[in-house]
Amino acid sequence: MARTLYDKLWDAHVVAQREDGTSLLYIDRQLIHEVTSPQAFEGLKLNGRKLWRRSASKATPDHNVPTLDREKGLKGIKDKVAKLQVTTLDENCKEFEIEQFDILDKRQGIVHVVGPEQGITLPGMTVVCGDSHTSTHGALGALAMGIGTSEVEHVLATQCLVATKQKNMRVNLNGVLPEGVFAKDLTLAVIGKIGTAGGTGYAIEYSGNCISGLSMEGRMTVCNMAIEAGSRAGMIAFDETTMDYVKGRPYSPKDSEWDVAINQWKDLHSDPEANFDKEIQMDVSSLKPQVTWGTSPEMVIDIDSEIPCPRNESEKLALEYMGLQEGMKMEEIKLDQIFIGSCTNSRIEDLRVASSIVKGNKVSSNIKRAIVVPGSGLVDQQAKEEGIDEIFTEAGFEWRSPGCSMCLGMNPDQISEGQHCASTSNRNFEGRQGYKGRTHLVSPATAAASALSGNFADPRGS
Amino acid sequence: MNEYTIHQAKMLPLDRANVDTDQIIPKQFLKSIKKSGFGPNLFDSWRYLDTGYPGQDNSIRPLNNEFVMNKKKFLGSEVLIAKDNFGCGSSREHAVWALQDSGIKSVIAPSFADIFFNNCFKNGLLAIEVSDEVINKLFELSESENIVNIDLENQALLDINEKLICNFEIEPFRKKCVLEGLDDIGISLQYSQEIKAFEEGLKQKSPWIFR
Repeated sequence: MARTLYDKLWDAHVVAQREDGTSLLYIDRQLIHEVTSPQAFEGLKLNGRKLWRRSASKATPDHNVPTLDREKGLKGIKDKVAKLQVTTLDENCKEFEIEQFDILDKRQGIVHVVGPEQGITLPGMTVVCGDSHTSTHGALGALAMGIGTSEVEHVLATQCLVATKQKNMRVNLNGVLPEGVFAKDLTLAVIGKIGTAGGTGYAIEYSGNCISGLSMEGRMTVCNMAIEAGSRAGMIAFDETTMDYVKGRPYSPKDSEWDVAINQWKDLHSDPEANFDKEIQMDVSSLKPQVTWGTSPEMVIDIDSEIPCPRNESEKLALEYMGLQEGMKMEEIKLDQIFIGSCTNSRIEDLRVASSIVKGNKVSSNIKRAIVVPGSGLVDQQAKEEGIDEIFTEAGFEWRSPGCSMCLGMNPDQISEGQHCASTSNRNFEGRQGYKGRTHLVSPATAAASALSGNFADPRGS
Repeated sequence: MNEYTIHQAKMLPLDRANVDTDQIIPKQFLKSIKKSGFGPNLFDSWRYLDTGYPGQDNSIRPLNNEFVMNKKKFLGSEVLIAKDNFGCGSSREHAVWALQDSGIKSVIAPSFADIFFNNCFKNGLLAIEVSDEVINKLFELSESENIVNIDLENQALLDINEKLICNFEIEPFRKKCVLEGLDDIGISLQYSQEIKAFEEGLKQKSPWIFR
């Protein structure tokens, strides 16, 4: 029978059907960070349970780590509560002998950047992490899902997840993205079209010639935000782009194993006759840069359009919170902060695109702070080798150390009450980046162009 | 874990769609390494008029009297009712812990985000999906007598006079978890032989996964 990519990944990992009708799904890889793991390790200890398979888990601190004073390591964390979480991760990794890229390791970074970068997450794998943006790894042709802390503990103890199969949804994206329009705009436009609950209960496969033409970085940006459309897992078929990306990474298969792997991975696509429960089509050839105006990623419009009339109570409340009125043009919004980073947009390609716009220009004087936070120590290193950090700092940006940073402001990087921030992150929820802060989600190109203008600016032609 | 058959409770009506887990428990409170103590910071930025931070004395903070949780009528509510897509966003299980720590035993909404829905049942918090019509009826009831009876055994919501409002669906295992408080990991470990056998096969087939 014809199967979808999701069907194939699912079938290859079912260990058993439990009596209750749920499936035990084998998990190849679990990524661990400091925020959602302490209670899971504590649960194991309280029940006297062992880790099922040590090599399955890899850890790195990312949510809490400060982006300044990194060379001081743990001593650089001024917030005592945050520090305890990072040291608890250190202790748990030591006790359970889990490999960790700690705060001083040059491979440290955002879990969803580090996993693919190291080849820790690979095509055909089932990947989980106590973080909803785990969907990112689906870009490799993997089944990757965010889970809660109880499930983190369950996977540590059994190497399996208790799961019920989701329905299949295909988002078909065709056409060539216009210049100045990127994967971020694409994924925001899809969310605008299907809504933040449009993918609830489904695993989404992104396909079409637009997706085939995207780089791995772009594909990760697209899958990263599948959860913003309500879907736990977003994924993309394996192809030559995937193969080229994976080859030679530290944890990737090598030599004769590489050929065996390729042989398995080349089947990681939906069969032509496979059936999807829901299909979405979009022609992207006239897509414009996207900007969110509200407090949900679905409240998104073209950069050159006006804020729409609120259609319901939620949209009314959102406008009020954002301090905006219907009919306003996005370019009228004065910006206070710029954030280029997060698991959505902190990879080398994102920084290259943004720096090409920034080069030789200055950040507008009304911008109070503009920061660039590379996704990992290795992205940081690569950017420095290419002189990208200097382009940003000469323009007035601050260049920081890797972590989640201002995407969720668990560390000191936050926006203040009432401030508008052009952010390359993934959530514009109330207070996400700081108490009463106002987040607008954009691509790195739009964030860069807007930093120079001081208000939202169209990166096309800049 | 709760052990309830028919549970009579006051409702807390939160008339919003897309309530995300960042609202349920803001990020500054996720730094705890425990599962308890999140209750006073449930809906922190809607509930108080100032900025919350971990470790402060919440009893002296200025309350937002407009927020439903602070209205006298709704104090001590055990059933949260809300609109579509409740619990969207971050996977933080702290959202469930915060609701439970505040005495919430059940959340009723027309739809839930997947991860939050799962997290609820892992902790014995009963999440119930109902139609738009039923949720509107519950919001109406919250304005009058504000009582709902949850009969989990018979999967029914009843009004104050025990008249049926609706029946609801729940997966049998989830129902059992809430009613009996099952040890999920213990159940899965009964499949240890199957897991080991699967793993052996995988090791032969795709050894790179074991690095």
